[in-house]
Amino acid sequence: MTEPQIPKLTDTLIELGGLGTRLWRGGLIVGLAALAGALALGLAAGDHLRHFSFSWLVSFAFFLSLSLGALVFLPIQFVTRASWSVVIRRLVEVMAMALPFLALLLLPVLLNLRQVYEWASPQPQHLTPELAAHKAPFLNPVFFVVRWVVNFAIWTWLALFYWRTSRRQDRTGDQALTLRMVNRSGPALILFALTCSLAAMDLLMTLDPAWFSTIFGVYFFAGGFVAFHAALTLITMGLQRTGRLQRLVSAEHFHDYGKLMFAFTFFWAYIAFSQYMLYWYGNIPEETLWYLVRQSSGWGAIGLLLAGGAFFVPFLGLISRFAKRNRKLLAFWAAWILVMQWFNLYWVAMPVFSPDHVPLGLLDALCLLSVGGFWLAVIAKLGAVASLVPVNDPRLPESLGFENA
Amino acid sequence: MHGLVVEFDDPRRLVAACAKVREAGYRRWDAHTPFPIHGMDAAMGIRGTRLPWLVLAGGAAGLGAALLMIWWMNAMDYPLNISGKPLFGLPAAIPVAFELTVLFSAFAAFLGMWIANGLPRLHHPLLQHEPFRRATSDRFFIVIESTDPRFDPQATRALLASLGGLAVTEVQEQIHEEGAGR
Repeated sequence: MTEPQIPKLTDTLIELGGLGTRLWRGGLIVGLAALAGALALGLAAGDHLRHFSFSWLVSFAFFLSLSLGALVFLPIQFVTRASWSVVIRRLVEVMAMALPFLALLLLPVLLNLRQVYEWASPQPQHLTPELAAHKAPFLNPVFFVVRWVVNFAIWTWLALFYWRTSRRQDRTGDQALTLRMVNRSGPALILFALTCSLAAMDLLMTLDPAWFSTIFGVYFFAGGFVAFHAALTLITMGLQRTGRLQRLVSAEHFHDYGKLMFAFTFFWAYIAFSQYMLYWYGNIPEETLWYLVRQSSGWGAIGLLLAGGAFFVPFLGLISRFAKRNRKLLAFWAAWILVMQWFNLYWVAMPVFSPDHVPLGLLDALCLLSVGGFWLAVIAKLGAVASLVPVNDPRLPESLGFENA
Repeated sequence: MHGLVVEFDDPRRLVAACAKVREAGYRRWDAHTPFPIHGMDAAMGIRGTRLPWLVLAGGAAGLGAALLMIWWMNAMDYPLNISGKPLFGLPAAIPVAFELTVLFSAFAAFLGMWIANGLPRLHHPLLQHEPFRRATSDRFFIVIESTDPRFDPQATRALLASLGGLAVTEVQEQIHEEGAGR
């Protein structure tokens, strides 16, 4: 018996190459076609594109949460000086780099602000004039847009920092760059926490301007962070199926993906329950109304689907070491988690549009395809620019030889 | 005699030697190193433990115990109306159920590990073995116990001697006399 063999970069493909271009074209075509279909459906409804805007918002929030998950994954790896993740870090950098482009995808919502956000209309239905006046200094279209510009500016700045610094290290092999990324990652985490919470409140919580929850930012983050790991798992597996990253990313790395999905599945449920229990216990109408709508007429079924499907079932499904190291099982749970995160956001946003029934349908599927197509196109295009592995990272050998004890 | 010990100064040799001991079919043996070594589990043929199942059972027991306890106390034995909530409201019971699930799982893991390892144990013959003291600093050991069904004083010694170690020594079962007077 000799020492365990550490795989070499030359054993496999570590460039996206032509596949990146094909995915970029394919994603764009799917995105545009689905957008055209969704717009046609939305216009046909004759509701000033209100349904379309809500559907779009849900799928936008879904992919935003994936990329925000990627954006916070990076500084966490650096502040903890993690080595296991180095081999897949470039994939995460690319997923975070979708953020600047996601700003464009927010435009359909911003352009139709009055139809989506009640506080943006001249006469909000669910707010008394006093309350509306009280909230107006914060909840007004101009300041809302300003906040989004600031959010996206900060996210772009952070994503670009990791993307550029890491690629510079590919070229120069300068180890000091790693230290530079470590040093900046503490402040990056603080900036992320502030902007992510603010974005969650603005995007989803203010859909119901009378309702408030101080834990809402964490709730959004938690769901997105689970889903991000699920997407990363499927992307890594997809790349391996095309002959890339083979042997470099091993069962040990997938085991860690599984552990993180398992842990943050529980974390999401913990936060979701913390929010629910306080309002259940307090039993104050202005706080419970939000849940009342989401517990009645069809929405209650989706709520139960989330309690069981987004927490209980994947919790049991991912609890064993076997499930985390079995590729097919892990892929199944990753896909499951992504579907649940989409339903999670749907359940948060859509009852504002349709409190009395669940309008699940083709429009939602088209919006998901459209935002998803654009998102995939962007990460494929960027992924083809650089190597899929940070080839000169000083911790790369450690990452390649990584073993769970 | 407790068993036979072979000593190494190189972890790679130890891993290779462990594989040979495993292939020879021994069951009651162990390796001792100052730090964890990758590939050791595979070389020694260590299989997974059943402890996770015990922990799962502990967690389930904690969950059940908590829900039963709250239901019995609040809804049956001494029904108490708290701000108009149901006598047994699941949301109110979940924090306690969660805590007891964690507590019972931890108990199961901790106590199960002790029982599986035969702990607490206040003495072990190896601790009296003079060369073994370096197992926590710079030496690597394989011990084959004399209770192993395949153990044979001559053949086992020959096997250990063939592994490329520094020295093969005997570990005595009895406590050395020199320590008795202190």
